[in-house]
Amino acid sequence: MFLRRLLTRIATTLVTLLGVAVIVFAVIRIVPGDPVAMMLPPGATEADIARLNAFYGLDKSIPEQFFIWLGGVVQGDFGTSITTRQPVLGLVLSRLPATLELSIMALVIAVALGGLVALTGTRLRYTRTEGALDVANGMALSVPDFLWGLVLILLFGVLWPVFTISGRVSPQLVPEFATSFFLFESVVRLRFDLWLDLVQHMLMPALALAIPLAAIIGQLLKQSLKETMHLDYVTLARTKGYSENHVILREALRNAVLPTLTLIGVQFTFLIGGTVIIERLFSYEGLGNMAIDAVINRDLPLIQGIVLLFALLFTLVNLAVDLLYAVLNPRLRHA
Amino acid sequence: MLDGRSLVKRTAGLRLWLSAGWLTALVIGAVFAPWIAPQDPLMQDLFTSRLPPFWMDGAEPGYWLGTDSLGRDVLSRILYGGRVALIVALIAGTATALIGATLGLIAGYYRGWTDMVISRLVDIWMAFPPVLFAILLIAVMGTGLTSVVVAIIVIDWTRFARVVRAEAMAQGAMDYVASAQVAGRGRMSTLLTEILPNVLSTIIVLLTLEMGIAVIVEAILSFVNLSVSTDDPTWGGMIAEGRLSIHQAWWVLVFPLVALFLTVLSFSQLGEGLKDRFDPVLN
Repeated sequence: MFLRRLLTRIATTLVTLLGVAVIVFAVIRIVPGDPVAMMLPPGATEADIARLNAFYGLDKSIPEQFFIWLGGVVQGDFGTSITTRQPVLGLVLSRLPATLELSIMALVIAVALGGLVALTGTRLRYTRTEGALDVANGMALSVPDFLWGLVLILLFGVLWPVFTISGRVSPQLVPEFATSFFLFESVVRLRFDLWLDLVQHMLMPALALAIPLAAIIGQLLKQSLKETMHLDYVTLARTKGYSENHVILREALRNAVLPTLTLIGVQFTFLIGGTVIIERLFSYEGLGNMAIDAVINRDLPLIQGIVLLFALLFTLVNLAVDLLYAVLNPRLRHA
Repeated sequence: MLDGRSLVKRTAGLRLWLSAGWLTALVIGAVFAPWIAPQDPLMQDLFTSRLPPFWMDGAEPGYWLGTDSLGRDVLSRILYGGRVALIVALIAGTATALIGATLGLIAGYYRGWTDMVISRLVDIWMAFPPVLFAILLIAVMGTGLTSVVVAIIVIDWTRFARVVRAEAMAQGAMDYVASAQVAGRGRMSTLLTEILPNVLSTIIVLLTLEMGIAVIVEAILSFVNLSVSTDDPTWGGMIAEGRLSIHQAWWVLVFPLVALFLTVLSFSQLGEGLKDRFDPVLN
């Protein structure tokens, strides 16, 4: 039964990915405007256009073009960037670690902050503090990451300049790294000087991404916790004489955490999507910043590759969350 | 004992009024910008470059919120930028609501293969990062107001479709719908006269929230210079300029940011407030 669920889920994921490919292809090929004309610099000759048309297979029918293109994509051929003349896949993969590290750091901050808000709110439930937390939480929720990024730049970049508000790492430290996973590498190699420099750069963009998600986590987790606090087994733990903190952390939390976990999965994809503009705002050298440069330079193969990679990432995160949920939820596990 | 909800509840009315107040002021400012704005928003004058706001030393009368590095008046540019923000919010918001809600209603009420197609489309759409998708669309369509509006509709129709579909499905299972059909009403007529009125409040709440989202998307697009033409003042464009001269003239960034912040917050507070008003369980 579990296996069947798994296979169905993987099948729908494949259908979604195929749909994504169709749409990305359609947006770039079918919209008004000649893709080749967009790729060429002004002043290109007719012969240039014809040669490029043949090179990209644009003299064939649209469905034929789609399958040729898809065949390439499946084999890792995402085309060639127009501005750098390098394969798109290599360019995109070189930036992926930066974006992944930023996203994961933001996720960790969001879980920590949101968890703290939920636990404090539950501990101090029905007090003025809970009300104040709710109002603050509501504000954090309704203001998107882009605005939080700007607010953080003003607060910690200008008013009280303790954090660096542009870049991923101090430029002179870049040669120190052997991989593109700077943050991960600095931890593994126990180079805390590098780690500190990275965190000093990454904390503000990560926090901007984390605040809206932290608010969502705080809201839902507190709601589940408060519901759990009325259940019999929690009352039993209380009558056994356990302290309120123990009851919340050891008894209630375990049962309240499942809905939040699912939500985090879905919201994590939104967070990854937010990196596009946050990276731009903080001049962070990741995929999102590359995507915006690609658009400004009209480098369509590159932006196509980035969109596909993001879509793949989103779909895989969603799949992982669904599977994790099935594993963690006893009702589904034994179904 | 003090109820924790009470602070949220007590300030709810106040927050609703503040939001409505700010949005009203914004609409008035935007509509009457040519008469209210103290300066021409496009006029560059290097002699008045980077003037501070009125309470600081070196301010000049007539430039209340200071000027940017090209000597353009910040207040006037915020008023004109409000026009772009509100036009996008209104047109893109309404169009997104119309298209998304229609598809959601059809999927939720007719079910069957139409539902399957629309739901699959929604799933596929969820795999795209919205901002990146919008930027991709602008890249192929070119910049301009129409492109911005189309991009917002294309990336956000699913927000309505998903919620309205679920609502329509729930309503469709109710007795009053069954009795309308037993009474011999056609499917289309039932959809329009029975189901639509019952999901309308949800659509209005979503529309209010969508307007805030549209304002933000426009600001993000103009921040990366992919919105309307660069000649028109936009909040996002002002913020991008302000970001560059942040250490020399903070006001170029701060004032449009405050305008954007309040507008986005107001739309969402208004939406949440309406949701509470419409929700019979909460009242």
